[in-house]
Amino acid sequence: MEIALSWYLTLAAVLFAIGVAGVLLRSNLIIILMSVELMLNAVNVTLVAFSQSMGDVSGQILVFFVMSVAAAEAAIGLAIVIAIFRNKLSVDINDFNLFKW
Amino acid sequence: MPADFVPLLLMLVLATGLALTLLLAARWLGPRRANPVKVSTYESGMDPIGTARQRYSVKFYLVAMIFIIFDVEVVFLYPWAVSFQEFLAAGSGVGVLVVVTIFILVLAVGLLYDIKKGGLEFD
Amino acid sequence: MDLAGAYEGILFDVAGGFTLLLLMTAGVVCIVWDIFSNDDPVLPVLAAMTCVVAAGWEVRGLDAGSSTAFYDLIRAYGLTSYINITLLISALVSIVLSVPYLNRIRRGYGEVYALILFATAGAVMLASANSLVTVFVGLETMSIALYILVGLVRQGGGGIESALKYFLLGAFSTGFFLYGIALLYGATGTMILPDLAAGFEARGSMMLLFWAGVALFLVGFLFKVSAVPFHMWTPDVYQGAPTPLTGYMSTASKAAAFAALILVLYYGLGDLAATKWQTALAVVALVTMVGGNIFALVQNNVKRMLAYSSVAHAGYVLVALVAGTGEGYAGAAYYLLIYSFMNLGAFGVMALLEWDQKEGSEQTIDSLSGVGLRKPILGVVMTVFMFSLIGFPPFGGFFGKIAVFAPAIEAGFTWLVIVGVLASALSGYYYLRVLYVFWMRPQSWSAPQVQAHKFPVPSLSAAVLVACAVVLTVIGFVPVVRDLPMVYFDVAFTGGTP
Repeated sequence: MEIALSWYLTLAAVLFAIGVAGVLLRSNLIIILMSVELMLNAVNVTLVAFSQSMGDVSGQILVFFVMSVAAAEAAIGLAIVIAIFRNKLSVDINDFNLFKW
Repeated sequence: MPADFVPLLLMLVLATGLALTLLLAARWLGPRRANPVKVSTYESGMDPIGTARQRYSVKFYLVAMIFIIFDVEVVFLYPWAVSFQEFLAAGSGVGVLVVVTIFILVLAVGLLYDIKKGGLEFD
Repeated sequence: MDLAGAYEGILFDVAGGFTLLLLMTAGVVCIVWDIFSNDDPVLPVLAAMTCVVAAGWEVRGLDAGSSTAFYDLIRAYGLTSYINITLLISALVSIVLSVPYLNRIRRGYGEVYALILFATAGAVMLASANSLVTVFVGLETMSIALYILVGLVRQGGGGIESALKYFLLGAFSTGFFLYGIALLYGATGTMILPDLAAGFEARGSMMLLFWAGVALFLVGFLFKVSAVPFHMWTPDVYQGAPTPLTGYMSTASKAAAFAALILVLYYGLGDLAATKWQTALAVVALVTMVGGNIFALVQNNVKRMLAYSSVAHAGYVLVALVAGTGEGYAGAAYYLLIYSFMNLGAFGVMALLEWDQKEGSEQTIDSLSGVGLRKPILGVVMTVFMFSLIGFPPFGGFFGKIAVFAPAIEAGFTWLVIVGVLASALSGYYYLRVLYVFWMRPQSWSAPQVQAHKFPVPSLSAAVLVACAVVLTVIGFVPVVRDLPMVYFDVAFTGGTP
């Protein structure tokens, strides 16, 4: 029993859209960070699905890099959140409005 | 092909239906007479002190950050370990070992930086 | 495979990726050095020497034909060397300018030099990418180092808030960029850039997947070069970041992203339905030039003004890419080199002018009144930078503008060039306004300016700025520099690969 490629792609697209919606709609920094991670992992699903269906390994290699980059990004994101929390005692994105054009 | 998944769908519908039925039945059939003792957090035993929604210390985030970095690097070691035998058989075992040693050394530098900067001191 | 052959291959790869390896190693050495001897004055010297050595190596590689190394993952020599020299100059100038800036803040910021080296390594990897994997890893290495650099030096809340905005929008755009890579991979079945077109033909009937992938991929790049619909982060981040690092961000990261875009367009997409992406890029170039210049007009803070001006300059480079010809790509590479000198210089002068512990975010046009008369060196070099940014004839910016606009006219985008010329005429207003307050306003304007007599100009920084100004004055008359990138694309037209 085999699952068609398009099902994986649809799943990934839906996950990606949920991630995008999370980034755009939520105002808590930690949840925005989680949504970004969700976007990256949706892409990972896409890459692995393509890689598997084509029998080509380079997509999976990129997935390894994406995972480590996502970890680095999460660490930087948490560091920035900690620094900004110490400064403002808030993690709500609407509280940061120092710069206006 | 989607036909293969019909039993799965049936299973989903059954499970959801059963759970919903039981929950709703309990709601309809059971008597509900609330009183202060009954709705307290521990119906029998001690009275709760303060709220459970306390903030975690920000230091946990620091530990989480460090954990994420060193945790994910293992991702690179797994494929290496799995295919090491093949590299040995192909006669390039030494080169591959050198490469992974450099990788570990770079990580070690990160750990060293972490220790020296007091990232692992929890107080 | 026999061992001798293997080691020969390794040596060739190491030579090809020498700059990358050297920058990474030096970065690690800097980090280790810094933890044992915090903020050692040797660190910036080490970092600067690394850049000089790497630049020397790349000058050696300029004449060699372009080739690939590390299993086709990166491209070496030729055009790559040209771009790498631009990146290394940018890093070198930023390091030298950072030293007095950071010493004035007086805290242990030894990591800054290591991070500049890491960011430059990422930029070099991005600019020498020959595979979608390298593009992604390079872009992220550069971006992550820059996220830290923006937020590391904290005075007040400005820097960290800039870092937050940069990080959130950057990570968000990375998601789209990566999705684009995944779709491109699905439509072509390969990650290697020169194989993309052939892979697309071979897989067939993947039109939607392919063009959706290209569009998302371009969004990621346009974000990094701050083209107009994706420029929102630029002024906020440039304003809050420490000024020498703003100069670095506006030049090195932009040059690297443009270089990778050139590699993708030239090797990856090539003639593949060129009109499609050309039209899209033309629209983006148009709104970028017009939008950047109009927003810059109304700014009162100099760093914000320069940020919007850098948006406008990204538009000029895009005009050259729209042309889609060898001359266009060569012109873009030349413009990036010139642009690096003038923008590094302008931000460098602004960094030196933060004499009263004021953050750059408060540096208004008015606070600069009479600086030119009190500090003639800064005044003169700033005059050169501003005239060059306008594109005034004897200076480098003029020749750069010719190099980006001429190919677009030849390719039939005359309307775009007319808009570009009008937009740069508009830019004269805000650049000349800076010069007006520099030279024409009375000296003693308000209390803080009185202290300005005391602020010292470090001689090394002044020397670097003067060097930038001199280069801008003479570079237009050195045809070799202008014609060099053209050679790489000419070779391609005559059959070989650049």
